[in-house]
Amino acid sequence: MKAKIHVTLKQGILDPQGKAIEHALDSLGFKNAGNVRVGKYMEVDVNETDKAKADAAVKSMCEKLLANTIIEEYRYELQ
Amino acid sequence: MLAQRAAWEGPRWTRAVKPNPAISLQRSEGGEMKIGVVVFPGSNCDHDCQHVFKDVLGQYVEMIWHKETLLAGLDAIVLPGGFSYGDYLRTGAIARFSPVMGAVKEFAKSGGMVLGICNGFQILLEAGLLPGAMLRNKSLYFICKDVFVKVETAATAFTGAYESGQVLKIPIAHADGNYYTDPVTLAAMQANAQIVLRYCTPEGKVMPEANPNGSLDNIAGIINPEGNVLGMMPHPERCAEVMLGNEDGKLIFLSMLEALKGNKKQLKMVGT
Repeated sequence: MKAKIHVTLKQGILDPQGKAIEHALDSLGFKNAGNVRVGKYMEVDVNETDKAKADAAVKSMCEKLLANTIIEEYRYELQ
Repeated sequence: MLAQRAAWEGPRWTRAVKPNPAISLQRSEGGEMKIGVVVFPGSNCDHDCQHVFKDVLGQYVEMIWHKETLLAGLDAIVLPGGFSYGDYLRTGAIARFSPVMGAVKEFAKSGGMVLGICNGFQILLEAGLLPGAMLRNKSLYFICKDVFVKVETAATAFTGAYESGQVLKIPIAHADGNYYTDPVTLAAMQANAQIVLRYCTPEGKVMPEANPNGSLDNIAGIINPEGNVLGMMPHPERCAEVMLGNEDGKLIFLSMLEALKGNKKQLKMVGT
């Protein structure tokens, strides 16, 4: 199965990259753009056929390594 | 510990450096401490730390490749600065799973002194040996310059040779030094005097204008509640000898040696 994982900074934690992009969008005339958050997107092939097992594995990967849960949150989908 | 030190014959892994006789002359008599400097793939301040402990302060230094899993006979461990694993994913995120980190954790748990500088600090955070995490600098720039930090407390094993309130001129060199932790942890650290170094003005005023990277509460360095693990973003090893025009960082290393000597005295007293 393939896991598609998104890791972003938690809401409320300053995202300096997001702010810089927001300012750039604003100066390009996109006055309707706001609250830009930058994150990471990862794809992982998980060698499991059982969805529950794959889910548990990906959750563990996120908790242990892929996200730092002090500052980041993660979400993923399995296909 | 002492028996193990006698059996030690020299560094297992070290860069060949021509000895500088002028530096050798400065070696102190009591080169009795054995300091381990961990080398991760991408560490680049490891030899600076080795130089300070070995050539400036006259101690034994062992360079420890990150694949090592045994840390026998060491008095203190330094996690040096650099870009371990290319800073991929997050700074320190992959280095914390290096084989050596299990032994470093054991060493810290048993009360051993661990100093993390810059990337070493980031690794200590990722490893959970210190609380909190690093965010990208508020300016998004990699900042490499001298800053001023205030020694908030001299009552630690890493700052004992300073005076509380002393202001140090010391270089920083990082892109991710914007320290963050949750409000509860911050309050606990403030109450326990765990915030050891804070960014300040040359006069010693801790204020937002003196904060180079957006770090919470101007934090430049923190210590664990037990007092044996210190992480700091500034580089004391880059300002630890007269030749470099600045010695303000030297007392970090001297404080460690003094504390270690004190520990040994205590151990001897307990033994007799």
